[in-house]
Amino acid sequence: MTWGVEGVSVSYGSTHALDDVTLDLEPGRIAVVVGGDGAGKTTLCRTIVGLEDVGAGEVRRPERTCFQPETSGVWGDLSVLENLQFVAGGYRLRIDHSRSRIEELLEVTELNDARDRLGRQLSGGMRQKLGVAMAVLSEPDLLILDEPTTGLDPVSRVELWSFINRSAREDRAVLVSTTYVDEAARGDSVLALDEGKVLASGSVADTVAAMSGRLFETGERRGELSWHRGESWRVWSPDGSDVPGAREISPDLADVVTVAALAGEDR
Amino acid sequence: MTSIAARNLTKRFGDVAAVSELSFEVRPGEVVGLLGANGAGKTTTMRMLLGLLEPTTGEVLIGGQSPRRIDRHVMGYVPQGLGLYRDLTVAENLSFAAAAFGVPVPSLAEANLGEVADHEVGDLSLGLRRRLSFLVARCHQPSVLILDEPTSGVGPLGRARLWETIHETADDGASVLVSTHYMEEAEECHRVVLMAAGRAVASGSVSDVIGGARSVAVSGEVSGSALACISEAGGTVLMAGDGWRVVGLDVGAVGEIVDGRARVEEVPASFEEAFVALSR
Repeated sequence: MTWGVEGVSVSYGSTHALDDVTLDLEPGRIAVVVGGDGAGKTTLCRTIVGLEDVGAGEVRRPERTCFQPETSGVWGDLSVLENLQFVAGGYRLRIDHSRSRIEELLEVTELNDARDRLGRQLSGGMRQKLGVAMAVLSEPDLLILDEPTTGLDPVSRVELWSFINRSAREDRAVLVSTTYVDEAARGDSVLALDEGKVLASGSVADTVAAMSGRLFETGERRGELSWHRGESWRVWSPDGSDVPGAREISPDLADVVTVAALAGEDR
Repeated sequence: MTSIAARNLTKRFGDVAAVSELSFEVRPGEVVGLLGANGAGKTTTMRMLLGLLEPTTGEVLIGGQSPRRIDRHVMGYVPQGLGLYRDLTVAENLSFAAAAFGVPVPSLAEANLGEVADHEVGDLSLGLRRRLSFLVARCHQPSVLILDEPTSGVGPLGRARLWETIHETADDGASVLVSTHYMEEAEECHRVVLMAAGRAVASGSVSDVIGGARSVAVSGEVSGSALACISEAGGTVLMAGDGWRVVGLDVGAVGEIVDGRARVEEVPASFEEAFVALSR
């Protein structure tokens, strides 16, 4: 493990926000943590940054770690340029260096034309891009982005991901949290969380290959181990036995996460 | 049996038109999805339908009547914030709502909430709070159900279970309007209204919206500069698994840009791609 967490648990009173979670973060690679609200995504981000008391386990992070909170961290009353300049000032970057770095980031994020617009006048997509630009301004070794794409339109999501990919290519470790399972395929590894517990982890291909039992598709509901998806029903067979009248299909990550949640309900 | 009708709805806040000239209908037994990004005007629309916000122009008809005149028994509403009293217990929240509507208190056990009946709502997990909010909104058996992003931030299994409940409610004859920013949930709706910047850019069934639209699938190594060239040439790039899709350019034009380094192929457009093509 270069950076990340190993066997980490975090509790708030009697609530286990994180329960024995392990995640590797490597330079040049993007890790995606996926889960619903309350799954522990934000707690994990905050734990890595050092904002949470850890009950058990180990946290490793480089000195230069930057964190973009879910709210994007953009100041509404400052312009795009002022937001970036303020952050540069906070890191005491050399003025000539920060100037060229800011110009480069305005270019890449296509925020050049909006440089004088106030933070609160930006669209959701622009605000999140500015937030990521502010987080990478000081060229951190580890970049942590908490739900940068939630609620954005599909095109803004692509633009943000291409910016995130570009940031990782600067030999930086990146952690992105999301509620969209389809975004997990954008990273090099995925960690699926539910109520603080790990449902699945590893590369998407390994995670899909590691699903227990078999998966089938049918036209109608088949008890507790079936769920509605798209226009048909999925049925999970935990022991791998055939499901009569149903067609076997290969699972995708959303199926694997659902199966893991079903298996968790059983316990 | 009560239908929902929005006719040329417009809502302005100062200079900003949050909703413009929006018209659609939800018939009894139907689930209609209101899809769009944050800021597209979904919540403003719902608040006008509920009579909580007066349209600047246009009108709302619930069963043929103004929502401000309608008997509240008709309407069920789950707001984004869930609308529960955090300092009351689960049982107290439910009995308060039932008393307000003058109906018998529904069973908590049947909704799998029996074990937490005496817990304060503020201490519950979000999943349980959402389940309670659904039960509260449906306790008086409304014939119109309005759900503002009920599945936002819910894991895949929880979302599947919520959609099952939504369908049961519609099958019982309710008119159901659901907003979401998950494009794949369009498939759960009988019809959808796609919103961008306050306007309906398309409406109809998923296959109506897609029509004969085609996009270009790009797989293999694609450089950032190739993606930038595609945008400059007028294409819009979208994510698809670990590859990309391009909307707005034909397969020949995309092939020229990636120049043999990636595989390109024309494919039927997905719903999300059709939406992007329409809102370009």
